[in-house]
Amino acid sequence: MTALSVAAEVRSGERTARDVADEALAAVAADDSRFHAFLNVLGDEARAQADAVDAAVAEGRDPGPLAGVPVALKDNLCTRGHATTCGSRILEGWLPPYDATVVTQLRRAGAVALGKTNMDEFAMGSSTENSAFGPTRNPRGTEKVPGGSSGGSAAAVAAGFAPLGLGSDTGGSIRQPAALCGVVGMKPTYGRVSRYGLVAFASSLDQIGPFATTVQDAALLFDVLAGHDPLDSTSLPSAPEPTLPGIDEGVEGLRVGLCRDLVEGCAADVAARVHEAADALAKAGAKVEEVSVPEFSYGLSAYYLIAPAEASSNLARYDGVRYGLRVDGDDVEAMNTATRTAGFGAEVKRRIMLGTYALSAGYYDAYYAQAQRVRTLVMQAFDRAYASYDVLLGATAPTTAFDLGAKVDDPMAMYMNDVCTIPSNLSGHPAISVPFGTGEDGLPVGVQVLAPALGEAVLFRVARVVEAHAP
Amino acid sequence: MSDWETVIGLEVHTELATETKLFCGCRNAFGDEPNINICPACLGLPGALPVLNERAVELAMRIGAALHCEIRPSEFARKNYFYPDQAKDYQISQYDLPLNANGWLELPDGFRVGVTRAHMEEDTGKLTHVGASGRINAALHALVDYNRSSVPLVEIVSEPDMRNSAQARAYVSELRGILMATGASDGRMEEGSMRVDANVSVRPVGSSGFGTRCEIKNLNSLRSLGRAIDYEVARQIALIEGGGVVDQETRHWDEAAGRTETMRSKEEANDYRYFPEPDLVRLAPDEAWQDKVRSGLGPMPADRRAALVASLGDGPSPADIDQVNAVVDLGLDRLVAAASEAGAPTALALARAANEVAAQADAGLRLDAASFAALLALEAGGQLSATQSKTVLAALLERGGGDPAALAKEMGFEAMASDTLAAAVDQVIAANAEEWARFVGGDEGEQKKLMGFFTGKVMQATSGKANGKDVAAELRRRESA
Repeated sequence: MTALSVAAEVRSGERTARDVADEALAAVAADDSRFHAFLNVLGDEARAQADAVDAAVAEGRDPGPLAGVPVALKDNLCTRGHATTCGSRILEGWLPPYDATVVTQLRRAGAVALGKTNMDEFAMGSSTENSAFGPTRNPRGTEKVPGGSSGGSAAAVAAGFAPLGLGSDTGGSIRQPAALCGVVGMKPTYGRVSRYGLVAFASSLDQIGPFATTVQDAALLFDVLAGHDPLDSTSLPSAPEPTLPGIDEGVEGLRVGLCRDLVEGCAADVAARVHEAADALAKAGAKVEEVSVPEFSYGLSAYYLIAPAEASSNLARYDGVRYGLRVDGDDVEAMNTATRTAGFGAEVKRRIMLGTYALSAGYYDAYYAQAQRVRTLVMQAFDRAYASYDVLLGATAPTTAFDLGAKVDDPMAMYMNDVCTIPSNLSGHPAISVPFGTGEDGLPVGVQVLAPALGEAVLFRVARVVEAHAP
Repeated sequence: MSDWETVIGLEVHTELATETKLFCGCRNAFGDEPNINICPACLGLPGALPVLNERAVELAMRIGAALHCEIRPSEFARKNYFYPDQAKDYQISQYDLPLNANGWLELPDGFRVGVTRAHMEEDTGKLTHVGASGRINAALHALVDYNRSSVPLVEIVSEPDMRNSAQARAYVSELRGILMATGASDGRMEEGSMRVDANVSVRPVGSSGFGTRCEIKNLNSLRSLGRAIDYEVARQIALIEGGGVVDQETRHWDEAAGRTETMRSKEEANDYRYFPEPDLVRLAPDEAWQDKVRSGLGPMPADRRAALVASLGDGPSPADIDQVNAVVDLGLDRLVAAASEAGAPTALALARAANEVAAQADAGLRLDAASFAALLALEAGGQLSATQSKTVLAALLERGGGDPAALAKEMGFEAMASDTLAAAVDQVIAANAEEWARFVGGDEGEQKKLMGFFTGKVMQATSGKANGKDVAAELRRRESA
């Protein structure tokens, strides 16, 4: 079931939102023990929301474009009165007193929040194995990771528990799990969707975006979320044009740059699928050329300085003073240390230390400032590429889903998963991962489409054609 | 001592008098019940984001304009350090790109102190240590009040231009007047609206380099500032002359003990790991906004002093200048201006403002200028004696204003009929014939002395209702008769 069809049925009265919600809740209860997509199922809340939608339909009021559609929420999106853990022990017991802006937008659109999904702790990871509450398994192969950090939302959509999911993408955390789970995952332009109520990992890179089973559904959800939010100073002031109405306009005459730097380092089976997608676009009327953007190769290094630096500051507040976990000590400093030692997992500690180091006096210029200069170079490289091309094409992840546990002891190998997705985070541009066949192992491959800032409409148009030609 | 020169630079934090906080809509108020003016943003809850208060920016720009600063494109940064009063464990502050830079402040004596920068930042919450002695070390636990968390501050950093504690005091006093004149601050040092840190060093006279400085904190009044600097200068000189060296450190002023004490050394200083605040965008007020702020500035203390001196006429005495400075410092010059406008002599109004009103400065700030002006007009016109006028003024100060004529009548201070006065004068002369003879035949000095004697006697005889000027006129008339 797509979100569009569920919403259409609920709006027309063919099905009640309550039936849809009950079915979804029953499916989660029956099957999620196999995947562990959810950390917390919002049963009563979901039923109440569904009843409100049904009441609107019964009274002839507009129930919204997502009427009755179940949505899986990554557990770093604040939900009023419901645990929001970020996959961490350190937020134990904390109940947010407010909803994230996107949660409010979903409710107004008639969507039904089904539950909170598993994630790498504070969104730091590419496999969802860094969750303090145990890993999520890939519904396409339960011995495989679902990718990460939004692995829970990707798995929830891939398993069919919900037609839509929300994730956050700081270095690929929506697109990479989407690719590994065989669903659509999209990161909007930085500032297009409000970050208010998204628990920060790296503020200048974080962006909330949709998971869906189809490109149309992703566009439908994006259209609900896009817009200005006065509570987020980095939110873009311009009013967005809806993307869904023009999504079928095709790619005739569009200039597509097949980006070598986003293909060459990938596994051969993944690279082959990307080339097939390029051929499909060419057959559909696009002008496809190969292009090289060598600056992309510096993105990973820059990212792993900027993101930890911001994280080291963003995560300072988890000090045991105001909320969440507190482990007592003889004085405040000892309490802070004991709390953070017990509350954070290894990867989070590693990145806090990396980021603290990168910002330290005497190292700032060599690391953080240098990384920002590289970021500027990557942006300029994008600008040059977009002078010649409307969109770029590449792989989303270098390989298909890998085995659980395969990379947990090798952080560098884990970080390499983000090599194709990071450039768009550094530039703040939108990008989408579309399922396109499988690799030699029979697991899904994702093809990535990249567009310039605010290029969501063309992004979805191209993604729609890729999707239509998927093997 | 004469071999050493003192070098002082000051950092003054001022809370901005906004309705709401710097990055959220919570009330900015002093003295409320703890932890009621709080929200996800100023509590640093996960997922909350800062949104800049436009009014705070406007007030910060006013401060910059009043201190002759360039107003420039600026950026907020994060200053990272762990402390329980710091809701996010970082403070949002401006670092390498402050809103205001390169200004100056002129002291009343014409000495100019450079202003390096005046930047915006958020305040922290407030810690209260609870325990036997109330001291941090002996405290059993601490309570945090986040009402102050994210209250807007401007930090004004001076150049190290001051050379003694008197200049430092004059700088803070003048700055306070400017901050109040801009409407940016209420200037209440005792409530923490203004907080001063002093960087103090000494060097041999004639040397152009700087000695090692110490930063002194906890200076809550002009008096503390002066005492702490004098103490610190003497300490540093004694240390150096005794063969020691000054360590760069932060020192705490202990007002009761009258000395500075080590808080933390340079080695213990935090590495704040400043970096641009990614949750906010650049702040670059355009020309139109800057022009609006500059043209909207009212008169500054220096302008008001000049206006007051001008209205005094030719050649004000040093005592007049002291009164002018005091009156403007206290914000009482509006009273003098109103009285002058109502026809009273400026000098008389200035004297009343600098003495009787200044003695109750807080009441003076609330005093209705029209009432004060009406009173001074009565006194100048002879309807009230000086003594009567001061009595009525006290009543006006207590009430914040009122009709001075009606008050005078209530107090029985109606002008004395001239024949009643003449009779009283005759009586006093008759009763003191010897003194009268000395008065008539006396030189200028003798006459002045005796004029006071007779005036006093007449005042006594009329229960203070006589007007001193009228008494003098009666005495002169009899002398020349």
